[in-house]
Amino acid sequence: MNFKKILPQLLTLVVVILVFGFFSYNAQVNMENRGITFGYGFLSQESSFDVQFSLIEYDGSHSYFRAYLVGLLNTILVSVIGIIFATIIGVVVGIARLSSNYLIERTAAIYVEFFRNIPLLLQIFFWYFAALRALPLPEKAEPMFGVFFLTIKGFFVPAFVWNNLDIFIYSVIAAIIAIVFIRLYAKKKQENKGIQTPVLSISIGLLIILPLLSFFLGGVDASVEIPVIEQLSKTSFTFKGGLKLPPELISLALALSLYTATFIAECVRAGVQGVSKGQKEAAASIGLTPNQVLKLVVMPQALRIIIPPTTNQYLNLTKNSSLAAAIAYPDLVLVFAGTALMQTGRAIEIVSITMLTYLTLSITISIFMNWYNKKIAIKEK
Amino acid sequence: MFKLVKRLTSVVAMFAVLFTFTTETMAAKKSKTLKNTQKKGFVRCGVSQGLPGFSNADAAGNWTGVDVDVCRAVAAAVLGDSSKVKFTPLSAKERFTALTSNEIDILSRNTTWTLSRDADIGLTFVGVNFYDGQGFMVRKNSGISSVNDFKAGVSACTNLGTTTELNMRDFFNSKGIKYEPVTFEKADEVVAAYDAGRCDTYTTDKSGLAAQRIKLSNPDDHMVLPETISKEPLGPVVRQGDSVWEDIVRWSLNTMIEAEEYGVTSANADMMKTSDNPAVKRLVGAEGELGAALGLDNEWSLRIIKQVGNYGESYKRNIADTGILPDRGPNELWTKGGILYVPPAR
Repeated sequence: MNFKKILPQLLTLVVVILVFGFFSYNAQVNMENRGITFGYGFLSQESSFDVQFSLIEYDGSHSYFRAYLVGLLNTILVSVIGIIFATIIGVVVGIARLSSNYLIERTAAIYVEFFRNIPLLLQIFFWYFAALRALPLPEKAEPMFGVFFLTIKGFFVPAFVWNNLDIFIYSVIAAIIAIVFIRLYAKKKQENKGIQTPVLSISIGLLIILPLLSFFLGGVDASVEIPVIEQLSKTSFTFKGGLKLPPELISLALALSLYTATFIAECVRAGVQGVSKGQKEAAASIGLTPNQVLKLVVMPQALRIIIPPTTNQYLNLTKNSSLAAAIAYPDLVLVFAGTALMQTGRAIEIVSITMLTYLTLSITISIFMNWYNKKIAIKEK
Repeated sequence: MFKLVKRLTSVVAMFAVLFTFTTETMAAKKSKTLKNTQKKGFVRCGVSQGLPGFSNADAAGNWTGVDVDVCRAVAAAVLGDSSKVKFTPLSAKERFTALTSNEIDILSRNTTWTLSRDADIGLTFVGVNFYDGQGFMVRKNSGISSVNDFKAGVSACTNLGTTTELNMRDFFNSKGIKYEPVTFEKADEVVAAYDAGRCDTYTTDKSGLAAQRIKLSNPDDHMVLPETISKEPLGPVVRQGDSVWEDIVRWSLNTMIEAEEYGVTSANADMMKTSDNPAVKRLVGAEGELGAALGLDNEWSLRIIKQVGNYGESYKRNIADTGILPDRGPNELWTKGGILYVPPAR
């Protein structure tokens, strides 16, 4: 009886091992035949290629591993921006779809149907080349608020030049820790004595006052560097100084957010509709205001329905960001699985590292979202 | 009488079968790729995703170009029909993996011959069918007339996964100029982005610049700077470890170049069988047993010349007449001031 139970599992295990063994043996034999060596030593070699946009200091004299980090950070950057905007747009559109205003409801519905039914790669191309066509050349760019320049070569914004940045960061961390403690205290006070504390205004106050103090007492100093136009040749210009966001990043983040937001909007709509009408009526009947009904009764229940499918959308967005290579945004796939792979020829090593990286990213997001989901789940007392 | 003829033909047929059988097993023993190609009935050839003059498909899906002609020559030699080629368009990023993983048997895709590619990743370069070098394209009205006019902050569009990326860094570093590389996976996107004004310059092999310039919205507004910043010998590549196949591809290319040297063209190849020059006679298979050494019949080279033409014909048809690079430059025969020089076929 017991053996019968184990047998299928044993067989599965054997098959998995055999399949995996066959593929690695096959790869080994073929690589040997063609004189290809296997190893990860190349990661410490000089990469000798440059990347247009990097969050950390990098040029071709750094190692391939450093190039990998550049790509990874760029992937994380565009994913985080995408997730934030997709969530905001998704929630707004999802709620708009439930609006009793016909025009708002229809507009939201058309947006959802339009953007989720066009392949993402096409949308990325559309936003990129539409942006390139529509944006002005640097010399013709109209400044926004005098210091922002949106041009075909990128979005140039003023950058902060810091002195004693670390003290400023410590002050922000201190403020956050203080806020956490105040919240805990306020909660206890409400449970014990039934007195509500204005936590929100205290929190905001702390977040402003502590960093401000660091300026006056901690010797922190920040000046703003405004981008200045520079002539490269008779007809070509660019901006110097400040911070530059490449058009590739902007259009990729835009395409990813608009596309994924449609799915999140549907999740939100489903979640809110999933809360039974009786709940709202019951809440209203005990005298809660409409705002309180939404905040205390509807949303906590809706979130339980919204979170799991939204997690999937976050994962999709992160993986979809690998389409970046098509429009020259230097993400992990373009920098590492593209240029680095070509220059070293180490296909198996690089593809395996890239796959593991995406797997790790996805699992991290999953773990975080599962934790959040558990946190808001019904706690039976 | 009729019976005798019948019997005779059957004997001849038997010998023919026996003969092909023996040659086939001999070659098959030596080369797996050759055997597979003969079994499949077509040559599997990796080409670019569209580079006029080198490998480009028309609306009907017919491929033309000097790189394409190398594959056609091999098909003519091995299968007797230059049309029996299956073309696989590949991006720069995919090309080597496609070859080493057995998706294609020849990579003829304007690929630069370098030491690390030849020695390190399981490839063998068989020769050079185009001597090229990296250059820069700029807008005519930019006032840039030489690579020395570039200033720090210049943005350069190019293709991903090419030697171009490395040369560009070497070049700008030697000048001490900070630049912005914008690299795309496909050439069409590079052209579109440069055309829109995303980049100040477009850099790749000069032949590529000449070919892609046609795709710009106003080709006449752009020009290629005179300087060449690198050596780019482009040639066909095969997998390491099949020396018979390597030889077949190498000598198919060499045959085209040697045919031009001896003035053998697709039009006069048959007549050349009676030439006084033994080198010419060897080239058209009227003398010697050169085909056998490659595991092929003796008319292999004649078929290449008749069906594909010599190198000069291929260049004229694909690159000169299309207006890409009317001047042959270094790709002229050594006897005419160029550097095309191939070992003798004997």
